[in-house]
Amino acid sequence: MKEIVAFSLLNGAVYGLLLFMLSSGLTLIFSLMGVLNFAHASVFMLGAYFSWQISRWVGFWPALVVAPLLCAMVGAAIERFGLRRVHRQGHVAEILFTFGLAYVIGELVIMAWGRNPIENHVPAVIDFAAFRVFGTSYPFYKVLMMGISVAMFAFLYVAFKRTRLGLIIQAALTHPQMVGALGHDVPRLFVLVFAIGSALAGLAGVIGGFALLTEPNMAANLGPIVFVVVVVGGLGSIPGAFVASMLIGLLQTFAVAIDYSWLDLFRALGWKVAPGSMLREVWSVKLSQAAPILPYVLLVLMLIVRPRGFMGTRET
Amino acid sequence: MHEPETAQPPIALELADVHKSFGATPVIRGVSLAIPRGERHAIIGPNGAGKSTLFNLMSGRLAPTRGRIRLQGEEIAGKRPFRIARRGLSRSFQVTNIFARMTVRENVRCSVLWSLGYRYSFLRSIDKLRDANERTDETLERIGLASRRDALAGVLTYAEQRALEIGVTIAGGAKVILLDEPTAGMSRPETEAAVELIRSVSHDRTLVMVEHDMSVVFGLADRVSVLVYGEIVASDTPERIRAHDAVRSAYLGASDA
Amino acid sequence: MRASSRIWLAAAVMLALLPWVPGLQSDSARSLLTQMGIASVFALSYNLLLGQTGLLSFGHALYFGLGGYASIHFLRAINAGLPIPTPFVPLAGAAAGLAFGVVFGALTTRRGGTVFALISLGLGEWVYASTLMLPSFSGGESGITASRTKAPHWLGLDFGSQLQVYYVTAFWLLASAVLLHAFMRTPVGRLANAVRDNAERVEFIGYNPQRVRFIVFSVSAAFAGLAGGLHAINYEIVAAEALSATRSGAVLLMVYIGGVHHFVGAILGAIAITWLQVSLSDYTTAWLLYLGLLFMGIVAFVPGGLAGLAMMHLAALRTHALPAIARSYLVALPFALVASIGAVTLIEIAYRRATQPEAGTLMKLFWIPMDTAKPWPWIGAALLAAAGAFALYRAWPRVASAWAEAGEEMHARA
Repeated sequence: MKEIVAFSLLNGAVYGLLLFMLSSGLTLIFSLMGVLNFAHASVFMLGAYFSWQISRWVGFWPALVVAPLLCAMVGAAIERFGLRRVHRQGHVAEILFTFGLAYVIGELVIMAWGRNPIENHVPAVIDFAAFRVFGTSYPFYKVLMMGISVAMFAFLYVAFKRTRLGLIIQAALTHPQMVGALGHDVPRLFVLVFAIGSALAGLAGVIGGFALLTEPNMAANLGPIVFVVVVVGGLGSIPGAFVASMLIGLLQTFAVAIDYSWLDLFRALGWKVAPGSMLREVWSVKLSQAAPILPYVLLVLMLIVRPRGFMGTRET
Repeated sequence: MHEPETAQPPIALELADVHKSFGATPVIRGVSLAIPRGERHAIIGPNGAGKSTLFNLMSGRLAPTRGRIRLQGEEIAGKRPFRIARRGLSRSFQVTNIFARMTVRENVRCSVLWSLGYRYSFLRSIDKLRDANERTDETLERIGLASRRDALAGVLTYAEQRALEIGVTIAGGAKVILLDEPTAGMSRPETEAAVELIRSVSHDRTLVMVEHDMSVVFGLADRVSVLVYGEIVASDTPERIRAHDAVRSAYLGASDA
Repeated sequence: MRASSRIWLAAAVMLALLPWVPGLQSDSARSLLTQMGIASVFALSYNLLLGQTGLLSFGHALYFGLGGYASIHFLRAINAGLPIPTPFVPLAGAAAGLAFGVVFGALTTRRGGTVFALISLGLGEWVYASTLMLPSFSGGESGITASRTKAPHWLGLDFGSQLQVYYVTAFWLLASAVLLHAFMRTPVGRLANAVRDNAERVEFIGYNPQRVRFIVFSVSAAFAGLAGGLHAINYEIVAAEALSATRSGAVLLMVYIGGVHHFVGAILGAIAITWLQVSLSDYTTAWLLYLGLLFMGIVAFVPGGLAGLAMMHLAALRTHALPAIARSYLVALPFALVASIGAVTLIEIAYRRATQPEAGTLMKLFWIPMDTAKPWPWIGAALLAAAGAFALYRAWPRVASAWAEAGEEMHARA
């Protein structure tokens, strides 16, 4: 029992931090440009695939550096050659453009690497035990994941609250013309922000590619959950995204470990539910089976109770 | 559908010690104003004084941090804009804020619906609502856009859009009208036409307007209030404002736009 | 007779005669027509949401699917003895769509814009995942079946043949189009457009935009459910994919590619995408890529969609710039063709190599046999694509200026 709790805590934290890596990049792009980037999870997927390919040619450590850089270039290209034309049409058009892009990137990945999952094993160089918990060892690569995520949060905080560039970008969100009039190149700022956000997604992909299955459906599987994180945390708030990521990460991980259902609870309380009724089916779903939908349940609850999310500001 | 004139209180719009801060920044610092029914009141002041913020407070787009706002004697501070609009206050916007993909006629027609008693009905065609269509045509005539009724609002010229902006504001027959820089960006002849329009539509209504063009202010207003750094420094007839020392030093040194 | 009534009559006649057109008399053709009809109803309901009210939803298939499930269960009840003829089954779908639309709509229409879009995504995913967990309601992945013939006959028909199912679909399509068109002419319909253009200003004219969105959402969900009911009758089976994110994405693509600003765009898009889905997948495994690129192209360059494109050209017919436009097309079209051939070849050989290695490396594209293991198909295709794209880039200013001329003339006439 203690072991399950300990491992769920650790794994939940790793998963939560992975979600945070993804959602922070998304939040960055959203809060600084108003664009909800549907293709964000696709860039994450590209990070995983790039890292695998580069690892095969040169090794893991170069991949850790090069893959996110490639993703940054992809992000910059998306903004510079694609989204820039769509900005003047408004936010709906921007979302739709990235929505189509997600499909296209998914298909391009299939075109390059096929439809089947690829053998993205943890590289030997980081495949060892970090420490032991209650008799079972905990892998180092997961500790590395955690470390990189935390470092990223620190970097983001410093970069945007303490540097001049960060202040300029914050100003450019609400007053792009003013910032432009002050002599800053706002379109170039947007490209930069997109590149940084995409680099973060790519980095998440490099590491997440080991923890999750690396296949063309990666983006579609993780994408919606990242959006839930962003809404629950409060659109545009990075601390909110952190809280929501950890909450959802831990929630899902713990839920997967719990093999009980409402029916078991009723039985323990001595209540009876008629066999064969449709509701009985609802009650008999184990928490571990329901784990994939828990983020969405949280989303709906949050909507009812506090529509602006944990730390969101009132939406304009 | 006219309410008896006697039922209306003498003060149409009143602000009592209204404060508004954005975070730690105070923008409106204790504004008190009482505008009697039927008055044409202008609010002037340097850029950044808080004039648009004041309008936003009066029309419900923002809620005051402190203080009370009363419309026809009823408290409206912090209420949603649609509740305030239903009580008879209507406002125009400095940056034209119309329905760009609908025709001029549709723009005005939507604005008359609530005042004629139509709520969220979806069982009758709007073309069959005779009173709505008549009131729409009347308004279009008044603002001079009857010939452009089928043009999409987004393709109108700037002056035409400003006229439509006023049309959408007054079509519902609101008793208190707020106009936010109605003649901004207009040439002299356009401004004169706009002033005539404003004069005619504000007949027997209460009008509050923000303006930079002094000729408009002095030609239309019964009283003028001067807003500087979120405070009213003077509130009087146009002639006395012109001679006021504090106003001159803060603002009237520059000639009219 | 009024002009609008004449149009509806013409549409009714056209729908009635369509399955008798030479070439469309086979069961498979009529099945395709039926599918297009179902997609059209679904697309019309989505156009109400996105095109008329500006509500972007990524989970509209939810109401289609729930309507489908309600209908298939209703049909099962009919199979068990309930004395209602099959053509009335879609009403059960509409009722379910309306009920769920009201419940979920009350929750989700409190916010508009981006948040609404994300919530619709999350809600759709939730219900989809939940359906899989409740097999007695949804039949899990394999779905629930019913029979459309085991029902009381109506007008002497048993609704077994594809032709009869087509007519049921066509009837409901016409009814939906008439009702939705009329809805847009009501005060709520006009306010919906106003909310789309400027939700904030709607508050200042006395209306609560959330209420308007809620009403529109519920109506839209009802018609989506109706489409789900038609789906249930046509296939006699409803499975979880009916409310999947894929189906939600498909209707979004349909409405946007067809032309989001125009009522008729929804129908155009439904016809085009249904045809692509059915036919294109026979020719190439890369069809989703082409669809995605088409969609992105429309969003970026032709936001009015196919309907907008058609209207633009119809308007240009009356200007003097028409010959210039035609000439510019004549010059640009061959280059576009060359670039497309090159790009398609590259894509197809890449797909073959990545996804069907067992099919070998020999294939035939555009009537030319080639071996994907050799470099020359790759190089040749890349060169064609690059050369064609470059030439198109150089020829484009002619097209742009011809259209600018036309635009000036049209504007002056306005």
